[in-house]
Amino acid sequence: MTISPTAPVGTAPAPLPVEPPTGCPFDPPTAFGALRTEEPISRIALPDGSWAWLATRYSDIRAILGDTRFSSDTTLHGYPLSGMTGGGNTQNRGFIRMDPPEHTRLRRMVTREFMVKRVEALRPEIQRITDELCDEMARGQGPVDLVEALALPVPSLVISLLLGVPYDDHEVFQRLTGTLLSRTVPDDEREAARVELRDYLDQLVTAKEADPGDDILGRLITEQQQTGEITHDEVAAFAALLLIAGHETTANMIGLSALTLMRDPESAARLRQDPGLIRGAVEELLRFHSIIRNGPRRVATADIEIDGHLIRAGEGVVAAVPSANRDESVFADADRLDICRPNAQHHVAFGYGIHQCLGQALARVELQVVIGTLLRRFPTLRPAVPVDEIPFRTDMAIYGCHALPVTW
Amino acid sequence: MKITLDADKCCGAGQCVLVAPEVFDQRDEDGIVVLLDAEPPAEQHDAVREAAAICPAAVIEVH
Repeated sequence: MTISPTAPVGTAPAPLPVEPPTGCPFDPPTAFGALRTEEPISRIALPDGSWAWLATRYSDIRAILGDTRFSSDTTLHGYPLSGMTGGGNTQNRGFIRMDPPEHTRLRRMVTREFMVKRVEALRPEIQRITDELCDEMARGQGPVDLVEALALPVPSLVISLLLGVPYDDHEVFQRLTGTLLSRTVPDDEREAARVELRDYLDQLVTAKEADPGDDILGRLITEQQQTGEITHDEVAAFAALLLIAGHETTANMIGLSALTLMRDPESAARLRQDPGLIRGAVEELLRFHSIIRNGPRRVATADIEIDGHLIRAGEGVVAAVPSANRDESVFADADRLDICRPNAQHHVAFGYGIHQCLGQALARVELQVVIGTLLRRFPTLRPAVPVDEIPFRTDMAIYGCHALPVTW
Repeated sequence: MKITLDADKCCGAGQCVLVAPEVFDQRDEDGIVVLLDAEPPAEQHDAVREAAAICPAAVIEVH
């Protein structure tokens, strides 16, 4: 094994590829395929003129994300912050931007809230919410925007309920989340949205301190804040993280999955015939779509060799999850959707390592319920516009459809 | 087959519980992994190996 020399000085690397191939909105950028074979650890330019390593192979990405010497601490020198969405790098940054032991301490305060049996117990409630929204949809004639009618409200209602955030405020937090996760809004606008969300959550936490309910924020206040484990601001940081992570991601997976199955009637028919296939199908849809398009990112805290390539302490790394999930050395015929793929669950759509998605059990149940119900209730569901007129979210950190007009 | 866990490393992703619910559970108080059966019968072995393979924090060791 040879150690690659540092990339030649003066060559300007290309930016992170984000555009899907023409006519294939479900495929990751074409460049990833060649990079996996020819240059699995390559350099990309970041918007501020700095650069970072881009990892594209499944095995390398698991090695990087599974190694805590690759730090998630956004305050460390060299962390590839430029072009990252979600707002500026503040003191009160939430545990996904921290390392152990602080990350472990904070994450474990909410882990039980999202554990498998707690989430399974929520399944009937998620089904009820989904049924009501489908009833509402069925009362109309179509076309409707599936994003607005179902994909966004289900996860948004569920996370509001779990956190104890009034759903009446959903327009506020959906608008702010949209701005925070956009790659194309100017930095000052994103910063303004971050401040507005912080003020909103600050007021919300203050109100809940006076009257903590039987919900995640209420329990954080009574069990952690009132015992001095965490501060008011840390409760607000939990709220921001869980609120943003809890609805945008699942909403976009619902939209993309519904559209994929509308265009793949054979898979849709199999799922209708055998609803037991939905669990595996959701894993495959997660692998196939890999909606996280802007990271995860890390900074090396030591000189570390990955796949014969030396990454030096202080250098940033961007892990291309959509590329890992289409790696042919792990997933045979990787660009094909196979709802019965035996190793679909090996995907890294939820990330890998200690930062792997905390809400993954909830996301899985929401997707299983919503996709299953949609197939059953609207067997003739189809896009109401040609696919090339659907606005895809190439401008966002989380891929999906901005809107999805459907009819039946 | 004998299973050992390094529960200190567990991040509570719960993938082991989804793959091998007869063998793994999560603690009520903090969602951290619990071993229900350290020497599971043969019919569980494939599921346990799968759980070990996808555990994001490499907590599960199969001997």
